[in-house]
Amino acid sequence: MRTTSVLLVGVGGQGTILAGDVLAKVAAAAGLDVKLSEVHGMSQRGGSVDTMVRFGERVFSPVVSSGEVDHLVAFEITEAARWLAYLRPGGRLLVDPRMIAPLPVLTGALPAPAGLEAALEAEGALFVDAGKIACRAGSPRSANVVLLGALSVGLPFSASVWREVIAARVPPKTVDANLAAFELGRRAAGEGGAA
Amino acid sequence: MVDRTLLSGNEAVARGAWEAGVRVGVGYPGTPSTEVLEALVQLPGVRAEWAPNEKVALEVAAGASLGGARSLVTMKHVGLNVAADPLFTLAYTGVTGGLVLLVADDPGMHSSQNEQDTRNYAAFARVPLLEPADSQEALEFTRLAFEISERFDVPVIVRSTIRIAHSKGLVSFGPREERTIASFESQPGKYVMLPGNAKKRRVDLDPRFAALTEFAESLDLNRMEMSDPALGVIAAGVTYQYVREALPEASVLKLSMLNPLPARLVQDFASRVGRVAVVEEIDPYLTSRVRQLGIAVEEPPLQRMGEYTPRMVAEAFGARPPAAREPLEGLPPRPPMLCPGCPHRGVFRALREMGAVVTGDIGCYTLGALPPLSAMDSCLCMGASIGMAHGLELAGGAGERPVVAVIGDSTFAHSGLTGLMNAVYNGSSATTIVLDNRITAMTGHQENPFTGRTLMGEPAPEMDVEAVCRGLGVEHVLVVDPANLKRTERALREAVEHEGPSVVVARRPCALLEKSDKRPLAVDEDRCTSCGACIALGCPALSVSASGKAVIDAETCVGCALCAGVCAERAIRAGVEACEAGESA
Repeated sequence: MRTTSVLLVGVGGQGTILAGDVLAKVAAAAGLDVKLSEVHGMSQRGGSVDTMVRFGERVFSPVVSSGEVDHLVAFEITEAARWLAYLRPGGRLLVDPRMIAPLPVLTGALPAPAGLEAALEAEGALFVDAGKIACRAGSPRSANVVLLGALSVGLPFSASVWREVIAARVPPKTVDANLAAFELGRRAAGEGGAA
Repeated sequence: MVDRTLLSGNEAVARGAWEAGVRVGVGYPGTPSTEVLEALVQLPGVRAEWAPNEKVALEVAAGASLGGARSLVTMKHVGLNVAADPLFTLAYTGVTGGLVLLVADDPGMHSSQNEQDTRNYAAFARVPLLEPADSQEALEFTRLAFEISERFDVPVIVRSTIRIAHSKGLVSFGPREERTIASFESQPGKYVMLPGNAKKRRVDLDPRFAALTEFAESLDLNRMEMSDPALGVIAAGVTYQYVREALPEASVLKLSMLNPLPARLVQDFASRVGRVAVVEEIDPYLTSRVRQLGIAVEEPPLQRMGEYTPRMVAEAFGARPPAAREPLEGLPPRPPMLCPGCPHRGVFRALREMGAVVTGDIGCYTLGALPPLSAMDSCLCMGASIGMAHGLELAGGAGERPVVAVIGDSTFAHSGLTGLMNAVYNGSSATTIVLDNRITAMTGHQENPFTGRTLMGEPAPEMDVEAVCRGLGVEHVLVVDPANLKRTERALREAVEHEGPSVVVARRPCALLEKSDKRPLAVDEDRCTSCGACIALGCPALSVSASGKAVIDAETCVGCALCAGVCAERAIRAGVEACEAGESA
């Protein structure tokens, strides 16, 4: 089996790290070798964050570069655009269309980027309004799990394994909301269908 | 299937130390090394402590080793600069209980002020160095490092880089080796480094190192992975993984012990392949040593800085770049920033309003250097703020502008005290602000002497920083709550006007420590005059709307009301929660 590379990108505090951890544990539960790479530290403070998860029979490098990612999951639209070049031709692109303006935009030093949705749509993006869907699932903090639900539709792991790993990994009080978020994410990506 | 657990390199180092029967773990937090002790403290039978700095940490571990306990010391690359003094002489004294240093490098400077290659320290200090290439090796090499340390009577460095420390992989566990500690035996010839003893220990170091070299030659962790003999690549650590990924045809010499170098093995490998190349990040450490063996080494066209990727390695050996999308142009950068609700944000506003020249320090508050706060003029290394403020004065100061050193609580404990002592002794009139948020925040909330709690969770005395400053001879010491902007501004003005050294302690816990139950705020558009006073605070919850008015993002706002305090129009008031604001469908 060829090694599969998934890149999760977003803004510090959005839960990309937890999402990457869940994905890695799901792949491990399926008996695959897996590596996960994340950089934290300075980037936690509202900076751009990225988590790479790679799984297959034997995984060497924890990271890949431009043009080599099979699934790009963006928790925020500017980050989707920033990391787009990492996606291989024909790769899958999932984007939460919400925008979290970076500091230079907040202060008015730079304009907010325009036309991102159209540019990403042209690249075949599937938009998943994870923040809003998460509110519907009962917790605005579960947007990361909504996106995992959408991602899961394109990966060869059973939904029951995903649910087990999510239930074990999220805070106990939030298990129901997160499992609901996962299902809504799957539905948003056309559960079981091609994306 | 063997039961395997997903662990980061840092967690695996902790596990490896624990399996080796480690009794004592000491360190100072620093990305990317911090999580080692945080993982170790959760395992039974270990005393784990945060020291105020890396030098003290290594000295504590040296004492524990002297007493026969296996001890682990953790730090980031720049921490080893601080701990270098004890390290060099520990190579002479050697150990009783195994002593292992985990030093994590940050190629690419994700969260560091420089890029250093710790391998040089191993050669410089004459201590062995092991470098793992994944989490499983991080566990096994740490366990092995304790054995090597005791068998060859030396401290051992386990070097990792950020891609090992912060990458996770599947790890198989072993049992803990239960070890008893022999009763203390005085060995002054070994441990009292008077010149007479040190000279003997220096002479003794060479045979210890010769034995270590033989050990490295026979160590099966240094191994040839033969494939096509046309190209032979030597690599270690994460670059070994990049080489295996990028050059599947090449023969590889995977080195795990980099000091001392197994020279015969390297020569054997070179004799079996057509061309020899070395792939290594940061410094040409292996390249120059392999060349010293008389081997012609190809240097692939890779930059001598930053991190590599498998793709960079492939292209350095002639692969063509893959078909990739063009990156989208014109995207705004996303620099890190002070958190919403950071109680210390207002101090930077006050400093900017005063026109102060600010010598800064290492920590979250270094972010005060970025626009729109733009309130910092230097940041060099841990503790430098106070010495540099005094030095700037010696150079004539900055005209009418006051000179102010800004340092956090943990950094002050790490190496601010000596700078302040010097300022008093040498008659400085600089002002020092200690931004006391009760925790080592930037690295993810590690306890320190200000916190009132240890890494083990025990209560600890909180350092009385006012008494400490007065004890050092600072006459003007003020404590303020930075949430009170007006009082803070007044205290700063008084301090800079004071002749002689002065200290202002701005004390309020990190906003992330206490979950805010305050409701988000909102802007009354009718009252907002678009003056920009709130925007200039650089709060991530505040932005300028299309109409030019300030607007608050309810999901980000923690209700600290610093913005309300700077709003002359009283346009900022209570808002509603994010999901209530019509976001739920």
